Amino acid sequence: MATKIKIIPWLIVTLALVTWVSLGQGSVPVSVLQGLSDWFNSISSNEALIIGEIRLPRTLLALAVGAALGMSGAALQGLLRNPLAEPGLVGASQGAALGAASVFYFGIFANAGPLAITIAGLLGAIVALLLMLSLSGTGRPSLVILAGLAISTIAGAALAVVLNFAPNPYAMQELVFWLLGSVSNRGLDSLLILVPALIVGGAIILTQRPLLAALSLGEQVAASMGMAVNRGSRLVVLGTAILVGASVSVAGNIGFVGLLVPHLLRPFTGYRPDQLLIPSALAGAILVCLADIFVRLLPFGQELKLGVLTSLLGAPLFIWLVIRESKRWP
Amino acid sequence: MALISTESLTIDKRVKGLSIELHRGEVLGLIGPNGAGKSTFLHALVGIEDYIGKIESDDADLSGFSRTQRARLIGLQPQTVSSTWPITVKDVVTLGRIPWGDEDDDAINQAMQLAGISDFEDRRVDHLSGGERARVWLARVLAGQPQVFLADEPVANLDIHYQLSVMDVLKDYAAQQHGVIVALHDLSLAARYCDKLCLLKEGECVSIGSPAEVLTESLLHSVYGVEVDVDLNRIPPVVLPK
Repeated sequence: MATKIKIIPWLIVTLALVTWVSLGQGSVPVSVLQGLSDWFNSISSNEALIIGEIRLPRTLLALAVGAALGMSGAALQGLLRNPLAEPGLVGASQGAALGAASVFYFGIFANAGPLAITIAGLLGAIVALLLMLSLSGTGRPSLVILAGLAISTIAGAALAVVLNFAPNPYAMQELVFWLLGSVSNRGLDSLLILVPALIVGGAIILTQRPLLAALSLGEQVAASMGMAVNRGSRLVVLGTAILVGASVSVAGNIGFVGLLVPHLLRPFTGYRPDQLLIPSALAGAILVCLADIFVRLLPFGQELKLGVLTSLLGAPLFIWLVIRESKRWP
Repeated sequence: MALISTESLTIDKRVKGLSIELHRGEVLGLIGPNGAGKSTFLHALVGIEDYIGKIESDDADLSGFSRTQRARLIGLQPQTVSSTWPITVKDVVTLGRIPWGDEDDDAINQAMQLAGISDFEDRRVDHLSGGERARVWLARVLAGQPQVFLADEPVANLDIHYQLSVMDVLKDYAAQQHGVIVALHDLSLAARYCDKLCLLKEGECVSIGSPAEVLTESLLHSVYGVEVDVDLNRIPPVVLPK
């Protein structure tokens, strides 16, 4: 198209650099290359243990979660034609949180071990999504936001009930910490859920690129150009929910990434919603990984949770966006 | 064979049994008060409004067409268009190729030339004047090279210079063996540019025919409820409320 996209190669190079730094960052200095090669060749060494068992899963998770959040934010903003739309809007975040909380409370999926929370979170996200889709019906933007809000509120209330009657303070503490959002101590198993979700959700969204482009000129124009607006909108919401649900169920709530990343990249992609998807996935991965490196650099005894950091940094930016938008439409 | 024709087209209670015929090279004007069903009728033609009745193109029933086939045949410029994102003029025009699933440079450049917007193809749409933007929306439809161009009040809110320039673009497009259906409020422009007019009131066709047949003082008075001065012999013709 008219606007050629040259930002992707830069993002890939940055992604590689950030990944490298993330693997090298930790309390013990180790050779990343040595560790990786030992780990791949199943040589048991300290390097292999630190890189392969701790830093690699953490880094890959940060990248995957960031990619999922970045792309879902870009897709949702394009679909709803609203630069302030956010993945949490579809209700999947709260649904996933409720699902995960139920594990702490009822002890379901006990056989799944550490993956129990993730599985329950994903189920919670899917249930929330199905309810939201049935409520919003046609996939009209205003209805999606309303339905998402309704489901979020219900799930939030149910979550509060679970917390209220938590069986013991430790379970509650564990749950709250999980909700704060982090990619540490998750293990490579979590990738078994996150990577397929990333591929499936991402592919669903990418098939709807022409719709997102056409929607720039409104639903009427998109429909008059032969786009199946309702069906396509539902698919985008489905893809978004798969991405958000999987990432929340693995890493808890990591706020503002889906909101901010598309915003920062839009000027570099000619403001085109269809061209924003892949760059947003890459930049989301970079941002979350960078934030996770930053968390590890902080000198506190107890680690600051990743989700807390992204919210702390994201909220002021969000306020700035709101002010700017309010000036645009007086 | 008509390029497009409708037979007893009915849409809810907004359009009642409308039958029209449009041939290649013709501009058909839809006129009538607000709420007469002009937009609804155009939406049904392009397939974004459900209807009862028949729409045919070259004797083929459009109900057998896929969405894409229909979008390639008929292009619509809705009454209000706006771009959510500040994309460039060329990007907007390129969107017009969506029914074809390509980004054919020839079609895009030709459309920009026809609409006279090639000079500012790299500017952002949010930086254009209302008149410039109106021609960008026209070019978007032209890029899809539809056989039938539907324009819903394309000159509303434009100054007289841009009113003429937009109508000239539509007239030229029709002259290239295409068909144009345009909803208009300005009856003088309707008399000047349209080969045929269809006067609608509350979803029904009051009169259809040449401007001389439709634009009579008595008909217009009965439909609009105001006295109208009609002078079709003047160049350009004038139709004004008294």
